[in-house]
Amino acid sequence: MSLTRKDIEEIMALLENSRFDRLYLETDGLKLELTRGGSAEAAHRAPQPPEAPAVPQPSPATPSAPQPQPQAAAPGASAVPRDGLVAVRSPLLGVFYRAPKPGEQPFVEVGDRVEADSVIGIIEVMKLMNSARAGVAGEVVEISGENGEMVEHGEVLMLVRPD
Amino acid sequence: MPAIRRILIANRGEIAVRIIRTCEKLGIESVLCVSEADRQSLGARMATRAVCIGPSAPARSYLSVETIVQAALGYGCDAIHPGYGFLSERADLARMAEEEGVIFIGPAAAQIEAVGDKLRARWEAIAARVPVVPGGPVESADDAVRLAEEIGAPLLVKAVGGGGGRGMKLVEDVADLAATMDMASAEAGAAFGDARIYLERYVISGRHIEVQVLGDGHGKVIHLGERDCSVQRRYQKLIEETPAPDLPADIRQQMLDAAVRFAARLDYRGAGTVEFLYDVALKSFYFLEMNARIQVEHPVTEEVSGVDLVAEQIAIAAGEGLRFTQSVIELESAAIECRINAEDPANNFMPSPGTVAEVTWPQGEGIRVDTHVVPGAAIPPFYDSMIAKIIAHGTNRAQALARLRTALADTAISGIKTNLAFQQGILADEEFAAGGVDTGFLARMMHKEPG
Repeated sequence: MSLTRKDIEEIMALLENSRFDRLYLETDGLKLELTRGGSAEAAHRAPQPPEAPAVPQPSPATPSAPQPQPQAAAPGASAVPRDGLVAVRSPLLGVFYRAPKPGEQPFVEVGDRVEADSVIGIIEVMKLMNSARAGVAGEVVEISGENGEMVEHGEVLMLVRPD
Repeated sequence: MPAIRRILIANRGEIAVRIIRTCEKLGIESVLCVSEADRQSLGARMATRAVCIGPSAPARSYLSVETIVQAALGYGCDAIHPGYGFLSERADLARMAEEEGVIFIGPAAAQIEAVGDKLRARWEAIAARVPVVPGGPVESADDAVRLAEEIGAPLLVKAVGGGGGRGMKLVEDVADLAATMDMASAEAGAAFGDARIYLERYVISGRHIEVQVLGDGHGKVIHLGERDCSVQRRYQKLIEETPAPDLPADIRQQMLDAAVRFAARLDYRGAGTVEFLYDVALKSFYFLEMNARIQVEHPVTEEVSGVDLVAEQIAIAAGEGLRFTQSVIELESAAIECRINAEDPANNFMPSPGTVAEVTWPQGEGIRVDTHVVPGAAIPPFYDSMIAKIIAHGTNRAQALARLRTALADTAISGIKTNLAFQQGILADEEFAAGGVDTGFLARMMHKEPG
């Protein structure tokens, strides 16, 4: 089975009009993942959360002699802090929440001031909630962590312009 | 039948690469857990995706059960492959994964518990009519003396929670028993959180021979032959081979049958290894323990049997059961494996972490190299020092050994110290070449040729 661009557009329209945010379809030789509101389109391999940088796919080395492979970007490296900004990174792998509870105000918004010990989010690991702290005093200029999405250990959650 | 489309690999190093290769072959996506130290590893570059699960210290990355299960759920993985070491024999991981609807590629939690407790495993062996080393649990000093006199000296005081050479003390004279037992119990309590100990006869000249089994989880079990792992330094295996040289055919068959009986009694699921001690003088064998995981030395079995053990682990986990019967398994050839470790034999085998400058791995007929090490690879100080396994396969042991000698001569690693030359020394040894050495061989060889 193969899909044309038109087929995919039709499936996207179906998703657009449904109450679902994500569609994952797998048939013989084809994998399609669509995510609403993200940048992910069709992925025939390795569906990835929209915010993740693509990991290079080196060709498999032969079993008897592994060859050197190109260096992969470190996770979260796409959000390299710009001039003078400090990255606030996730202390754990888990699900990132920007607010103490669903429906409540986020801990911080762009433009807010934070102190080093300010809680800026929660990382959930198997129903255990861990606070993420700013670690630096200054102004929040960008929030890259998506509410309710997985973040890796060390992934950039937000950028702060230090005092 | 649950399909497995995406596997979370909760391990590192060569076994991560090994599992990824089978995933690639089967068209399964791989999500590799990496610590900060392993972000640039070969496995991280080969996997469909690598996710950083924590800092370099294993306690907060590769040993964090909650993090591993969270990663499997968060990245949409159907199954977790734990590799060996780390969390591979932790019943709590198997159980938590099960509860969360993620397949654990390995035995059921209850089976891990049954074989993880030495006394329980010993009891299971007796129940399966599998011979055990004369001995047993002891509760009081009087108990111990009575049992010790029955077994006879020398004997071993073993910690129930120990294994792999840890938590064992030799008693040469029954008069020393009480003092040794007190010390062993206190140490076991501190090291394993379990102060229980038991006594076993000490076999003076023994060979470590183990049997690879596969079980469907419903009582059907087959074996894929034995491996001889008697070349050990301080209970760490260095060379493994199959078949076990000079093992009498009737003993071999009894051992294979015993391993299958043991695993079948547990309704064992997945790949496992039943370890035996073969008493050379008495021509008898005893159950030691069962390892409920894929083992480091699995490639020698794969080379000889032609079975991809990781693929079978995945198939069994997916509910496909055993995909072949005992009668189709042919074990006619021979294979030998050398473990290459980043360590300095000249300096008491101190680990030698660092960055690999250049590396040349051998190639050629019958040669297989399982490694994660490429030029520029980092060997972090936080983990096991094994960097590669070089395996040679031949129609018989002589051919496999000749190929392995050539392969090691063709290997070059710079930037870190390794045991490559030390391994070449073992392969050149007459006693090893003759075959059938016992576990005391390496210590004797090193004593004979110091340095």
